Amino acid sequence: MNEHERPESQFHVDMQAVNKWFGTLHVLRDVTLKVRRGERIVICGPSGSGKSTLIRCLNGLEAHHSGRIVVGGVELTREVKTIDQVRRRVGMVFQQFNLFPHLTVLENCTLAPIRVKKVGRKAAHDLALHYLTRVRISDQAGKYPGELSGGQQQRAAIARALCMNPEMMLFDEPTSALDPEMVKEVLNTMVSLADEGITMLCVTHEMGFARQVANRVIFIDGGRILEDNEPDTFFRAPGHERTRAFLSQVLH
Amino acid sequence: MRPAASLATRVPMFADRTNTIATIALGALLAYLAYAFGQWAFVHAVWRLPADAGSLPCRAARGEGACWAVVVERARFMFFGSYPPGAQWRPAVVCLLFVSVYAASVMRTFWSRWLLASWIAVSAAAVVLLRGGWLGLADVPSESWGGLPLTFLLSTVGFTLAFPVAVLLALGRRSTLPAIRTLSVVYIEVVRGVPVMTFLFMAAVMFPLFAPQGFAVDKLVRAQIAFVMVTAAYLAEVVRSGLQAIPRGQYEAAASIGLSFWPAMMLVVLPQALRVSIPPLVNTFIALFKDTSLVIVIGLFDLLGAAKAVIVDPKWVGFGAEVYLFTAAVYFGFCFVVSRFSLRLERELGRARAA
Repeated sequence: MNEHERPESQFHVDMQAVNKWFGTLHVLRDVTLKVRRGERIVICGPSGSGKSTLIRCLNGLEAHHSGRIVVGGVELTREVKTIDQVRRRVGMVFQQFNLFPHLTVLENCTLAPIRVKKVGRKAAHDLALHYLTRVRISDQAGKYPGELSGGQQQRAAIARALCMNPEMMLFDEPTSALDPEMVKEVLNTMVSLADEGITMLCVTHEMGFARQVANRVIFIDGGRILEDNEPDTFFRAPGHERTRAFLSQVLH
Repeated sequence: MRPAASLATRVPMFADRTNTIATIALGALLAYLAYAFGQWAFVHAVWRLPADAGSLPCRAARGEGACWAVVVERARFMFFGSYPPGAQWRPAVVCLLFVSVYAASVMRTFWSRWLLASWIAVSAAAVVLLRGGWLGLADVPSESWGGLPLTFLLSTVGFTLAFPVAVLLALGRRSTLPAIRTLSVVYIEVVRGVPVMTFLFMAAVMFPLFAPQGFAVDKLVRAQIAFVMVTAAYLAEVVRSGLQAIPRGQYEAAASIGLSFWPAMMLVVLPQALRVSIPPLVNTFIALFKDTSLVIVIGLFDLLGAAKAVIVDPKWVGFGAEVYLFTAAVYFGFCFVVSRFSLRLERELGRARAA
């Protein structure tokens, strides 16, 4: 069903016994995670549990120290070339949006298609408008990020990532920096994305979103994956004491 | 005393008795100084000298009136130095070129990559025009260049060439590669820690001593290189401070959409970093503009050098105040325009701010 399916890899993401340290702090401990193409995974856990680090390892923003990470058939090594190869096919959305403040929303979206994929200016422009329409901010295309609300900025950031036609999207707490009334509009955009069959890994505490779109929910604590289940089982019968404690804090 | 009270609240200088007395006393002093200066500079000033009178009328008015006649008579020399008077249209055109390219830089309609090209083109044209030796133009060696064109040339070329070097040095200092980082740090710290004048002396005196036989480089070129080296070190720190102001998220966002190091730098990081750095960048340019007067120590005569040469002329000995005031006014005029330009640049670019 997916035209990008590569015969050499059954999994879109294949992490094997990955370890990572920040100085003496052991942030990822023997993390093994396999994600199929088109799967939508929500990762949650207390702050400092390593959940952001985990997805940042998947596009090389953080380097892992041991173990193996294969994304879309490409093994991530320290080699810049392989990292760039992966990044071109993996989009990322950040907690702080990280739009480029000196460029308009439209220019934010066309930058990478023009410079990285060498798409023509006109084609990039059309592509950007297509995605900006999808996240419903095409009317803001000519504005600078600083002139937009938080929710609009985050939707623009999603459009920017989509403009590279990624096979996979990473979301790093995309709604945590937003005012409550704007969380909904960003989540709706993400839900509509989930219907497309794109692989999604999403670090979030929005459990409603997890129930609605996730195939699997992962709970991570102290750098270890403690729980990895379908949402139904995950919420109904969490296997681990820490998961239950965490859920009682975020669900009410 | 209602009016006084309202005046006191509006103007803190008159808030209480001590302030009021201080304000009046200082005001009176300033008024007196302004009056005295006006008397000297305008009322009793000598603007022109009758032919063959020497500087006698000026000497007669000494202490009471300024002798602007020296400026009027020697303006040509101060502006163009010892450049052959018959060919002085050439330095005049050069000055005009530089002023126009500065003016174009201020206007937003001209902001494009052509502007950068025009800076380089004008500098090149200036050298070609001053030098001559083509199309029947007399060959004028660089020793005879002087005055304002020299000031423009040294500062404009100095800044244009130092800028890319500075960006590389700033990036080098932040590099994760130890060799590149060490080289950048050593260069910046050594060059910054040595007086500009030392560099000029080395360029003028030491270099020919150690250069191989038959390898002669024009003195002006050597001075120019010295300025480029020094300015690059200062600018590197300015650019580095700008780079530090860019949040890590910008680098990560650029990386996440697939931009590799140089495109990320050129398209995302540097445009923002340089924008933050406009005030200190302009500050460095102004410093360089005035520092070019140090070439006098190696026998080149820029604007200030030419002014100094004027007052050693027996005819004009003792009229240093007038000559220096005039020179200061010219320097101030250009630097003031440049600083206005930087304020305007900041305002224009203010729209695209971080959220």
